[in-house]
Formats: sequence, C-alpha cells, structure tokens
Amino acid sequence: MKAFETFETPAAARVNYINAQYGLKSWLLTKDHKRIALLYLGSISFFFLVGGVYAMLIRLELLTPQGDLLSSATYNKVFTQHGIIMIFFFLIPSIPATLGNFLVPMMIGAKDLAFPRINLLSWYIYLLGGIVTIYALLAGGVDTGWTFYVPYSTTFSNSYVIAAGLGIFISGFSSILTGLNFIVTIHTMRAPGMTWFRLPLFIWAHYATSLVMILGTPVVAITILLLAFERLTHVGIFDPANGGDPVLFQHLFWFYSHPAVYIMVLPSMGVVSELIANFSRKNIFGYRFVAFSSLAIAVFGFLVWGHHLFVASQSVYAGMVFSFLSFAVAIPSAIKVFNWTATLYKGSISYDTPMLYALGFIGLFTVGGMTGLFLASLAIDVHVSDTYFIVAHFHYIMVGGALFGYLGGLHYWWPKISGRMYPEGWGRFSALVIFVGFNLTFLPQFVAGYLGMPRRYHAYPPEFQVFNVLSSAGASILGFGLLIPAIYLVWSMRYGKHAEANPWHLPGLEWRTASPPPTENFLTTPIVTWEAYEFAPPEEMQVIGKMREEAVSSEQ
Amino acid sequence: MAEGVAIKHEASQAALQHHFENMEQQREASALGMWVFLVTELMFFGGMFLAYTLYRTKFPAAFASASNHLDLTLGMVNTIVLILSSFTMALAVYSSQVGKRRNQIVCLVLTIVLGLTFLGIKAVEYYDKYEDHLIPGQLIPGRPFKPEVQEPGTPYDKHKLHLLPGATLKNVEMFFWIYFAMTGMHALHMIIGVGVLSVILFFSWRGRYGPEYHNPVEISGLYWHFVDIIWIFLFPLLYLLGRHLEHM
Repeated sequence: MKAFETFETPAAARVNYINAQYGLKSWLLTKDHKRIALLYLGSISFFFLVGGVYAMLIRLELLTPQGDLLSSATYNKVFTQHGIIMIFFFLIPSIPATLGNFLVPMMIGAKDLAFPRINLLSWYIYLLGGIVTIYALLAGGVDTGWTFYVPYSTTFSNSYVIAAGLGIFISGFSSILTGLNFIVTIHTMRAPGMTWFRLPLFIWAHYATSLVMILGTPVVAITILLLAFERLTHVGIFDPANGGDPVLFQHLFWFYSHPAVYIMVLPSMGVVSELIANFSRKNIFGYRFVAFSSLAIAVFGFLVWGHHLFVASQSVYAGMVFSFLSFAVAIPSAIKVFNWTATLYKGSISYDTPMLYALGFIGLFTVGGMTGLFLASLAIDVHVSDTYFIVAHFHYIMVGGALFGYLGGLHYWWPKISGRMYPEGWGRFSALVIFVGFNLTFLPQFVAGYLGMPRRYHAYPPEFQVFNVLSSAGASILGFGLLIPAIYLVWSMRYGKHAEANPWHLPGLEWRTASPPPTENFLTTPIVTWEAYEFAPPEEMQVIGKMREEAVSSEQ
Repeated sequence: MAEGVAIKHEASQAALQHHFENMEQQREASALGMWVFLVTELMFFGGMFLAYTLYRTKFPAAFASASNHLDLTLGMVNTIVLILSSFTMALAVYSSQVGKRRNQIVCLVLTIVLGLTFLGIKAVEYYDKYEDHLIPGQLIPGRPFKPEVQEPGTPYDKHKLHLLPGATLKNVEMFFWIYFAMTGMHALHMIIGVGVLSVILFFSWRGRYGPEYHNPVEISGLYWHFVDIIWIFLFPLLYLLGRHLEHM
C-alpha cells in the first residue's frame, strides 16, 4: 500500500543517520538532533532505572507496618532521591529531549533544530547536572523531600542539600536550552507549506511545553541558588531569624514546580493526540481546540501554584482564587479528553501497542485529573493533604499520564528511530501488564490516603497494611512489565524486522522519509500540500501526488 | 509551493550553516533565539525582584535606612556609564550593518571599556561595604555583618549606619543580602557580556561582520541592552526609593 507520497530515496544501499559515521567521537561530538535524542534516550533510561530502584526500596519497606527494612533517616533519603531523580532527570526531559528532539525537526520538514550546538550543549549540561546529583546521592544522600522546603533544607538538614540543589540547578539549564531551541525551530524552520494549522498536534504540545520550560525553569533556578547560598552563609531571605518568610520559598518553588507537571504531561498529550488520530485513521476531532488547549494549559498552569499552599498560612482569599483557577485548568484538559474520545468514534481503530498505551493514558489521566479536582477544593484538600491520596493522584498523572505517553510514543516511533520493528505480541502483552501493575500499585493508595495514611513515613498503623501489600504487589508487576520493553527494544535493534519508511501507512511528514532517516532528514526540502491527519483514499492521494510532481517539474 | 521551489540552498555563503535554507532564515532564528533567552533571563531576575518587593513592603524603614547608606554618587555615575555603553553598543551594531569596520571596532572597544568601568566602580562600592562590615552573615569568613550604628545627636559619620525609627539591624542585613544577590548577579552578567563582546571584537577585527552578515553583533547588542535595563531598574529600587525619608 503506497497511500502517501514519500520524499525518500530508492532502497539502494542507503546512508542513514546511524551508519553515516562510526566511532565514539562521532556520537559524543554530534550535532545531529537524532543522535542527540539517542544520547538522551540512553541517559534518561539510566536515571529511570536508578529512580526505579529507589521506588522498589520504598515499596519493600512499606510491605510491613513496622519500619524494619530501612531506618527512618534512610527512608527519608530514599523517597527524596526517588523524587529528585524521577522528576528532574527522567520525567522532565523524557519526551521533549528524546522524542521531541528526534521528531520536532522531522515533523516540520527541517534539517535540524535551529541551534544544533546548543542542543548538544544541553545534553552535556544535563549530564553534568546528573553527575553532580549522583555525587550527592553517593556522598550521603539528601533527605529534604524533592521540594526542599525551608527552613529544614537551609538550617536543619544534615544531608547533601547543596550538591543535590546544584545538580538540579545545572540540569535546569538543559531544559531551558531545549525549550529555547524548540520555540525558535517551530517559528523559523517550518518547511514551505507547513502552516501553523498544518502542524501535527505533537508540535503544538511541544511548543506549549517549551513556553513553560523557558518561563518557569529560571525561577526555580534562582530559588535554589538563593537556598544554597542561605545554607552556606547561614543568613538569607528565607530565614525567619532575619524577618524572612519561608512561605516565599514555597511560592517561588511551586511557581515552577506546578507548571513542571505540565512539562511532563503536555508532551505526553501531544503523543496521545498523534496516536489516537493515526490509529483511528481519522482526522482529529476539533484540531484547533486540541492545539489551543495545549497553550491554555501552559498559560493557566502558571496561575495555579497556590493550591500547594492551602495548608501553608496562605490567606483564605488567595486560597479561593487559586482553587477557582485550578478548576479552570481542568477545562482545557477535559477538552482534550473529549476530543480524543470523539476522534475514536466511528474511527477504524487498530489495537497496536502504541494505541494500547494511548487508550490507557486517556483512562488513567482522567482518574488523575479528576482526583486533582478533589485536591483543588479547599476543604477536601485539608483532609487529604500530605496523605497517600496525593501520592496516588500525582502518580496517576506522572506515571499513568507522562510515562504511558512516553512508552506509547517510543513504540510508535521506534521503527523510525531504529529502523527496526519491535515484536508486536510482546509489546501488547507488556502494555497490558504495565496497565494492570500500575493500577494495582496506585488505586489502593487512594483509599489508604483517604482513610488517613500519611505520606513520607516508613512505619504506619497495621490497619493500612492490606493496601500497602496490594500496592507493593502491584509495584512488582509494574516493574516486571517495564523490564519487558527494556529487553525487547534493545533486542529489536539487532534482530528486529527491518522497518519500511512508513510502517503504519500514515500521512505525517516524519513517515515520508526513510527509516532510519538520512542525516539531513529529507534529501530535498519537502513541500507540504496536505493537512495534518489527512486520511484520504489512496487513489485520491496518488492523483494529488502526480499533480504535485507536475507542478514541481514545470517550475524547475 | 512556488515559494518552496524558489528558495535555493545558498551554499556559497560561507557564514550560512548547513541546516538553514538561507541567510534570512538564519538571521531570524538567531534573533528570536536571543529574545527567548532574554525572556528566560527576565524570569531569572524576576524571582529576586519579587523577594525585594515583598520585603520592602514588609520592612520599609529598614530598607530606607540601608538604601540611604549606599553611595548615590557612585550609583549615579555607574548608571550614566552603562547608558553610554548601550549607546556605543547601538552604534557598533549600526556600523556593522552599514559596513563601517573602523567605527565598529572603535565602538566595541568603547563599550568594553565602559563595561569594565562599571565593574570597577562596582568593586569600589563593594569594598566600601566590606569596610563598613555590611557583608551579610558569614559571606566573608571572619568578617560577619556588624555595622556601627549612628547614635542620635552625634555628628554625621558616613561609615555609620543611620537607622530610621522602626528599622532593625536584622532587617537591614536582609536588604544587604538582596542588594548583593541582585547587583552580584547583574555584575556576573556584565562580566559575561564583556567576554562575549571581546570575542565579537576579535572577529570584527578579522573583518567577519558586514552588511551581509552581522547577526552575532546584533544579538550581543540585545544581550548588552538587556543587562543595561536590569540596572536601570536596580538603581532606583536599591539607591533612590526612600531617600527622602533621611531627614524625617
């Protein structure tokens, strides 16, 4: 089936971005966005493994009500480091730095990102931040919680707060540079004919994500810098001894860290928009609404940070405003969910692995989002603040949302990235295992939290044990489920079936070049004459393709 | 469609990087990149401006007392120096656009000299603070924050801190913490700016920039003006506000 015209070369011995050059140096000094995406893929997988080991330690400790496996001091470090590694070194770079890096130029028909050297620099900065953080973990760890609340972090903690903070500060610049690169690339490097409303929704989502990255990250950078100096010199602006206000830290911290949730989930929404439209073989329902809802989430996301301070001496009127705005941010998210559902309606749906992840995303994100509304309500938040209800809620967004989107996208674009197909049967099986394991892990936590089990303790009253045993059992299933793709994706790089240029038969620009693509993505600058998700009958597409060829040849 | 075909890859242009279609696209990308970066910088300083606003509202007397202790003359001279440097920077950009290489080099040298002058004066000011024991906390080991306070009725001594009613030393220390954080961060940006301009100067001495290709000069200019504007806000906030309260 050759439904869509391609800009690829004949299948003769092709030079692609992977075999264009060999040797370690050609990878470490590369300016090719596709190679940098693979460098990122390797490093974030490493950090995901580290964060996963901490998660397993947490679940093992909580298997029994007594604090028997880890001392309370060690447990504090374990959950802190789980949070820091997973948030700053896995979730935030996950989709943008790997899939985004690989696909943003390809989807808009560019040869590379606007600033290839800055792109490589961002990976080195990320790595440096990671090394500094790993040093903090090895030297003795950090126990403040990933939120670094003052005055504990500035005055009382005896752990490696400055080193961990420095690691986050450094890695923040890598995400700023990635965001900067995406914004400039999307503005200036679109191929002829690729208008704003022909952009795939993945690009809109990444544009919105980049806005959050460039506007939010510098604020947390200066906050952590001030915190580190305060800890170093024992005086500063958060110190109550000088008349300082610890709540100012919480405001500055959440001004970034709430929008950071959207850095994690917006790219995932972009992936899911692609998957839902393409695996239903239908144009997305309400393209402009889905596109603008990404921007709306990015904008509203900056106005809701105060819902983290409902129990932190914030004025009740500020609380009411933030509560209202937090409800408002649910609207663009709901628009997306409804539009995805409407896209599925009467679509010709195929249940390939990526689609399973996308469907899982819709369900889990809805649960995570709806429980978020519980937390945005002033009174209920007081009841469930700092309980496992919160833990379950944000894991539904970060794992059920961000991670499912990431895995779905990784499978979907794997043929393009590696040039090989992954084993479909194993893919579907592991998607199912991950879905079951995830729900078994985190559903019981909603109940335990609602009944009053506090977070961040290594021991708990025995009546909560049943939920924790369920949760730990689920975590082992989840861990097992995640191992399967880790194994078969690596396996497929060597033994997988060779992928065609367009294995899914889709209209997107990234599918109209070879798999894996040549170094400059397209051999000629592509000219875009179709709308995003334009699924026309194959005969019609051939006619359009001929017309285009004639037009091109007559002008040359 | 015609537009896409008409664009040819201008490989003959040495300054054109391989992934851009033409010089215009490259120029647009680098200018937009710098603007986006400056937005980031603005948010970076924004956190400190927020802290300043909060504590100034909370402790007006202490902030006015501390602010009055700053050297207005040096601050004023520095403001003029920086505005002048922005002027010479703008001239440097203009000269490179119209291809006057000699003017371009002269203006860049002037800008760098003015930037260094600013940093020198800033260093003198910092040293004065050091002399008066105004460095907050243990920032300098062995030199804790411990200014002498002027007693009411004693003759005026510019090295002593004149505390307004309601001001406490602890809150004055807070002002100096913010003062050093903000001006220090600004000075760091100035140092980076001088470094960037030195590189630009080197290449412009080699004759790389002309009417065809001058975006590095342009975007360095944008950065320089931005750092200048930060100071334009810092100067009144730190040096001027509350000065009239001196004689109350």
